[in-house]
Amino acid sequence: MKDTYDGVDLTAEHARELAHQMILIRRFEEKCAELYGAEKIRGFLHLYIGEEANAVGVMQALAPDDNIVATYREHGHALARGLPASEVMAEMYGKAAGSSRGRGGSMHLCSADHRFYGGFAIVAGGLPLAVGLALADKMRGEDRVTCCFFGEGAAAEGEFHEALNLAALWKLPVLFVCENNGYAMGTALERSESDTDIHRHAESYAMEASVVDGMDVLAVEEATRRAVSKIRAGEGPYFLENRTYRFRAHSMFDAELYRAREEVKEWEKRGPLVQFKPWTIEKALLSASDYEEIEGEVAGAVADAVAFAEAAPWEPVEDLLKDVMTPAEAKS
Amino acid sequence: MSGVRRITYRDAVREAMREAMQKDERVFLMGEDVGRYGGAYACSKGLLEEFGEERIRDTPLSESGFTGAGIGAALGGMRPIVEVMTVNFSLLCLDQIVNNAATLRHMSGGQFSVPVVIRMATGAGRQLAAQHSHSLENWYAHVPGLRVVAPATVEDARGMLWTALQDPDPVIIFEHAVLYNEEGDVAAEGPWNVDIDRAAIRREGDDATIITYGGSLQKTLKAADALAEENISCDVLDLRTLRPLDTERILASVAKTHRAVIVDEGWRTGSLAGEISAQIMEGAFFDLDAPVERVCTAETPIPYARHMELAALPSVEGIAAAVRKTLRR
Repeated sequence: MKDTYDGVDLTAEHARELAHQMILIRRFEEKCAELYGAEKIRGFLHLYIGEEANAVGVMQALAPDDNIVATYREHGHALARGLPASEVMAEMYGKAAGSSRGRGGSMHLCSADHRFYGGFAIVAGGLPLAVGLALADKMRGEDRVTCCFFGEGAAAEGEFHEALNLAALWKLPVLFVCENNGYAMGTALERSESDTDIHRHAESYAMEASVVDGMDVLAVEEATRRAVSKIRAGEGPYFLENRTYRFRAHSMFDAELYRAREEVKEWEKRGPLVQFKPWTIEKALLSASDYEEIEGEVAGAVADAVAFAEAAPWEPVEDLLKDVMTPAEAKS
Repeated sequence: MSGVRRITYRDAVREAMREAMQKDERVFLMGEDVGRYGGAYACSKGLLEEFGEERIRDTPLSESGFTGAGIGAALGGMRPIVEVMTVNFSLLCLDQIVNNAATLRHMSGGQFSVPVVIRMATGAGRQLAAQHSHSLENWYAHVPGLRVVAPATVEDARGMLWTALQDPDPVIIFEHAVLYNEEGDVAAEGPWNVDIDRAAIRREGDDATIITYGGSLQKTLKAADALAEENISCDVLDLRTLRPLDTERILASVAKTHRAVIVDEGWRTGSLAGEISAQIMEGAFFDLDAPVERVCTAETPIPYARHMELAALPSVEGIAAAVRKTLRR
């Protein structure tokens, strides 16, 4: 990590918030993995463990009124955006109190209140939609940024290229955040892309881009603040390539045959918390006891979320067809 | 007769878009060549000059990109009209329509709705061969979360767009390409908006029900005319909305005539005609005096050569023959 970060307000309070969010995401997901084993959570479960610095750092630079479009690996983004852990956990359970009423599950967390348009589970499928949200804002004169997360696997999809071109062509306020964790499911980047510098795609669409250390939450925040200020100044879209790593399997069905354990261990040494904790202690921003306190708060929040999800009722089966279409009485 | 104007289907589509853009500043048109070119079928000719590049928005050849952008803009509070040149091209944006537009409301627990209107040309009859002529309406009509409409008359082309734009859910409008030059009457003064919840009875009769939609309506009415000369009178039902189907009106007509023929330019296997036939069997089996007949497109990609193309498509003669068959004549 660096000594200073441009535009990042390095107060103890801010450091504590970053630490709290990263630890919350980590412990929340560790609990999710456990609950998956206990068959409380089913379907696909894609853990973000190892990548927390990205969602947490990016969200710091966004305003509550900005739009978020995320992927199926979006628990961290939802929590960092402020969706209540209880509602996210209830969604994992499939309960009616979940953030998407239990219709979406782990891959489709949504919250209109947080302008969190959802986890999209078709790789690159969220990008054109993010372009459209930004187009609406531009046409309506709204000073809003649409932040669109995706993995590096998306760069192989046509929709990625179509969306980047449209956003650049129309100078739309989109922040594209590529979380490059090196693997599209089990396919390594160098086995799927002729050019592994993903941000160079953005440059080919005349879009400004930069590469960020996605294991350093402050570097992510710094880069995002710079990008967002350019977007808000009307300079059009911006592309961040965050180099990061997924410590856990792609999903709960993945035997991880495609990568060496040593590679994972090497990246774990650079884990976002492994780096941030000693750095904040060394800089006297936080103390070891602050971290103990955060762990205590987070443990309480995760336990509350599980209790909430356990106690929450199921949606009645009679509601199965509800909200397929807008009900007649809701139409003007 | 005063109070009525005669215009083409193309004019009707253009007038409807123009009116919508005048009435609601959230409405804009987006698609390939809708601006400077005036639209592949000239539906938007002149609109760029009137509304400017922001609202008559030419797009790159990126069906998935701009259709997805339309869906996103609808989520963001606009009322986009997305034009896809033909249904064959729409296969490049099926992901956005089926995985995003159709699912978002349900998948978000009712938090988001997607008031986008997607217009596209469909159908054969212009010797455009196997990549510009297919009728894939049924693919969309299969999908919960979408409303699918097919204006078969100039009046409906004039009126359905505004009704579709009022709908908070995604609406796909299929315009059969042979209809653009057809002329018809519309009211001189509005409102022109039409009900898209109900099928329309285009002709009344007692001997058989012919159910059709879109580009097959005119052929069906001609067949009904020919049959009238043989003292066979037909109910002709224009579905107008392919999803949801107006099952009630279909069954009521079959209960009256006891015979049903479905005319559908889609391929027979897995067709909308098959679905309607099943609904008739489920809801009116004991009213039937003869098996349901289907007149569909032959199971082949649409050929280029004129005589071969005509042979592949439903014909007036084929429709009349199917009706006679239900009457054992």
